[in-house]
Amino acid sequence: MVTRGFTGRGSDGDQSDRIPPGQHLVENFPVLTAGPTPNVELSDWKFTVKIGPRHVKIWNWSEFNALPTTKVTRDIHCVTSWSKLDTVWEGVLVEDILAAAGILQPTDFVLAHSYDGYSTNVPLADLLSGKAMVALTYAGKPLPRDHGGPARLLVPHLYLWKSAKWVNALQFTTRDEAGFWELRGYHIYGDPWREQRYTDD
Amino acid sequence: MTENSAQIASWQSCVIDGIVQQTPSVKSFFLRLSRPFAHIAGQHVDIRLTAPDGYNAMRSYSIASAAASSPIIELAIERLSDGEVSLFFHDIALIGDEIELRGPLGGHFLWPEPAVDAVLLIGAGSGLVPLMAMIRQRSTLKPTVPTALLLSAQTAEDVLFSKELHSIEIRDAEFVLALAITREIPIRASDFARRIDVAMVQDVLARLHRKPTQVFVCGSNGFVNIATESALLAGLDASIIKTERYGG
Repeated sequence: MVTRGFTGRGSDGDQSDRIPPGQHLVENFPVLTAGPTPNVELSDWKFTVKIGPRHVKIWNWSEFNALPTTKVTRDIHCVTSWSKLDTVWEGVLVEDILAAAGILQPTDFVLAHSYDGYSTNVPLADLLSGKAMVALTYAGKPLPRDHGGPARLLVPHLYLWKSAKWVNALQFTTRDEAGFWELRGYHIYGDPWREQRYTDD
Repeated sequence: MTENSAQIASWQSCVIDGIVQQTPSVKSFFLRLSRPFAHIAGQHVDIRLTAPDGYNAMRSYSIASAAASSPIIELAIERLSDGEVSLFFHDIALIGDEIELRGPLGGHFLWPEPAVDAVLLIGAGSGLVPLMAMIRQRSTLKPTVPTALLLSAQTAEDVLFSKELHSIEIRDAEFVLALAITREIPIRASDFARRIDVAMVQDVLARLHRKPTQVFVCGSNGFVNIATESALLAGLDASIIKTERYGG
């Protein structure tokens, strides 16, 4: 249905093949969260890999920072309809985290957990092959609190609610367990190119 | 898939039934739904505009009206000078225009039903919109839920739904209204002439008499950070604070 009088900003120009349906470009970096911004001291920070309830490996901040890091440049897409191109992140790829934990693929599904009680589910295949990392820097600087610092999950090929801010654990689950937003009306997988915003999209 | 969720996922057309200038930068748009829905106060809709060349623009807007059987919902939209959809609404949209929307959406920033314990609402500017839906929803309940609204605005003229808020405050002993006016001196002694801070939250909590069991904060990211940090320092627990921040 054409909206009378609407022409659109039309500024996305030659970038349009990088912008999923229903998304628009932003230059700033909007911040959206479900609750207060946690304040996690580096001296208290811990990151855990679990298989079900069982803790497999726990790192503190300096131990985690000693893992091999990778730098990526990615486009990111938020379900609230903004997209941002060429964002630069550095962190530890999920396959490198699993290698350091000494595990391969115990199950097919992962639930990421955060310091604020947030959680989100991602199939393991979407976290491997360089597709995802626990990011420690953004644009060459330590990750700001507003954007999930000290560390956040980054799964840029899915809507950004999957890239859990203030992440502190990856938990392997036998089934695809819905996380915080997935239990509250958002899509179980969240592919921006298929516009999987809400449960039945 | 339930009938309800199928309804949420699909787009419907609605017609602009009324437009009201609320403040210098905010207008209310009353939309008549072709498929009416019952929403929960705090929820939003997605609006989709389509250009003749097929280009789409989509944005989320909170519903300002209370849940009701009425086929008309109210959105209060702030004019953003670099906006795309908000400029369409403010500068082009007319009564009778057809708009596409879907909803109601959102399963977190929701008025608690049944609400029994005290609620603290903190908002800034058009961040009042989902809180207003809650205040209107609450007004239909008996007994009413003790509720305080701490609302930040630049000037008295920028206070959205000002008349309605003041009249609720006058007739409802369980409703506390405190304004934080940042760019002029407020008329009422009970209001504040500064940005939100810990002392202000403590003052409003004291007027509420009971410790809130739910806190809702809505506004820009900077505002929400200051407001939630103030609430935490005032002794409220992070687990009861829900936030909604404008974005993109």
